[in-house]
Amino acid sequence: MASYDVMPDVQLYQPANIDDALNLADRFGRDGWILGGGQDTYGWLKDRAKHPKAMIDLNGIETLSGVRQTDNGIEIGATTTLREIVRNKTINADYQLLALAAGHVASPQIRNAGTLGGNLLQDARCWYYRRGLACYRAGGNICYADSPEGMNREHCVFGASRCVAVSPSDTGTAMVALDATMVVQSIDGERLIPAGSFFKGPNTHITQMTALRPGEVLTAVRIPSAWAGSRFYFEKVADRNVWDFALVSIASAMRIEDGIIKDSRIVCGGVACTPHRLHHVEKALAGKSPGAETADLLAPLASEGSRPLNYNHFKLPLLENLLRRALRG
Amino acid sequence: MNPILSRRRFIKAVIASGAAAATHSGISSAVAGGQETAGEKGAVERLMSLTINGRTRRVDILPQETLAFTLRYKLGLTGTKIGCNRGECGACTVLIDDIPNYSCSTLTHSVRERSVLTVEGLQGEDGSLHPVQQAFIDELAPQCGFCTPGQLMAAVGLLKDNPHPSREEARQAMSGNLCRCGAPMAWCLRGSTRVLWRMGA
Repeated sequence: MASYDVMPDVQLYQPANIDDALNLADRFGRDGWILGGGQDTYGWLKDRAKHPKAMIDLNGIETLSGVRQTDNGIEIGATTTLREIVRNKTINADYQLLALAAGHVASPQIRNAGTLGGNLLQDARCWYYRRGLACYRAGGNICYADSPEGMNREHCVFGASRCVAVSPSDTGTAMVALDATMVVQSIDGERLIPAGSFFKGPNTHITQMTALRPGEVLTAVRIPSAWAGSRFYFEKVADRNVWDFALVSIASAMRIEDGIIKDSRIVCGGVACTPHRLHHVEKALAGKSPGAETADLLAPLASEGSRPLNYNHFKLPLLENLLRRALRG
Repeated sequence: MNPILSRRRFIKAVIASGAAAATHSGISSAVAGGQETAGEKGAVERLMSLTINGRTRRVDILPQETLAFTLRYKLGLTGTKIGCNRGECGACTVLIDDIPNYSCSTLTHSVRERSVLTVEGLQGEDGSLHPVQQAFIDELAPQCGFCTPGQLMAAVGLLKDNPHPSREEARQAMSGNLCRCGAPMAWCLRGSTRVLWRMGA
């Protein structure tokens, strides 16, 4: 595949209000590309691996940016940059998990431009797919990563179905852990989708990673106050601390009363095609007290049900250790 | 390098000949191979004002053009380097409204009504070096020098936001810029903060 340094011929729209953006999204459908910070977009275009006819830039729409208090938590506009999230006082005070996750995305310059919506909606990072090969995810009928000679060190250990790519989003794990709701708009109206069912594995939508349909725009994310001020833990392990996507990451929220865990959310990144929630660990945690003993007891549960590929067995002890560290606190 | 046919001279000569500056022919469409897109209804106007290093210019910009491309090939500001062109090296870092951004991963149309600072804009009006530039020289920061403009802009961006960064903050802020020579830029930045303090800036 040839790689080009210049962008291909593509039209650009910069609507000033959400209605214009929704009309454009509807008009272009699959040929339209909703543009946030563009940090995922331009690589696709320069590599000539995706061919949208028009980019619809949301950054001119003021109502889509910023953090607002609501009756029950906060609402974050989709084009709020990761930099703003890392620095936001409310998020740091009550929902620090999100600030920690956003602070681990890529590099400072990418966080300065990258948006929350773009981070949640970014496409799979499987190098075979990125290279523009006709794999399952690209509409073909083969998976190059899950073949005897495929390089699948960074691929999934849970929930594969033909495609073995993982969800690359760092903020996605935090969103699932915080029970966030995605606000999705189109010219037909508004849909509210819980974060837990927003991300889709290859068994439901092999060519897309989320429940977003063509013509729809993610406009905001709502985080309920349910987990405000809980005990949070976020850790991301990657080959480099800058730029790289997670090999394995963990985002956890625990509500602790009188030294006893009442409720918890444990969500892992980099191990499945969606943020991977450890339901069985959450159940086992209820009623226990956080600490080394609980951590050692439950850590082996993290890798239960996994099906590693040729080169990614190392993710299982990594995952167990991250869970151990999250529970030990 | 052959002084007659150096890359820089070639680019400057093309720009000086007016092939690229104000028309839609020029290198951009030649390289992109794109036929001219008829301005669709509601799509962006190609003629736009750009404020770069305090000067506002009217430029004809393709809808898909990146800022790094505009700076280098239309405005002749070749101080901004294009390394990977994929947002993975930092050589193209410029300040947009005082915030460091990869210009290879920024559409020129998205900086309308914003102010861009490139490495050419760092020097004082009398031509003196910016304290960070001076500090890079004093601390022997650059080796091959290719990443230096991006490193400088990341450093200046940090100091505009946080005039007294800790060592860890400096490391964080410089982490989006690669140096293949392995020069310790964060160390140089410490030098530049020393210079800034000395100047009372």
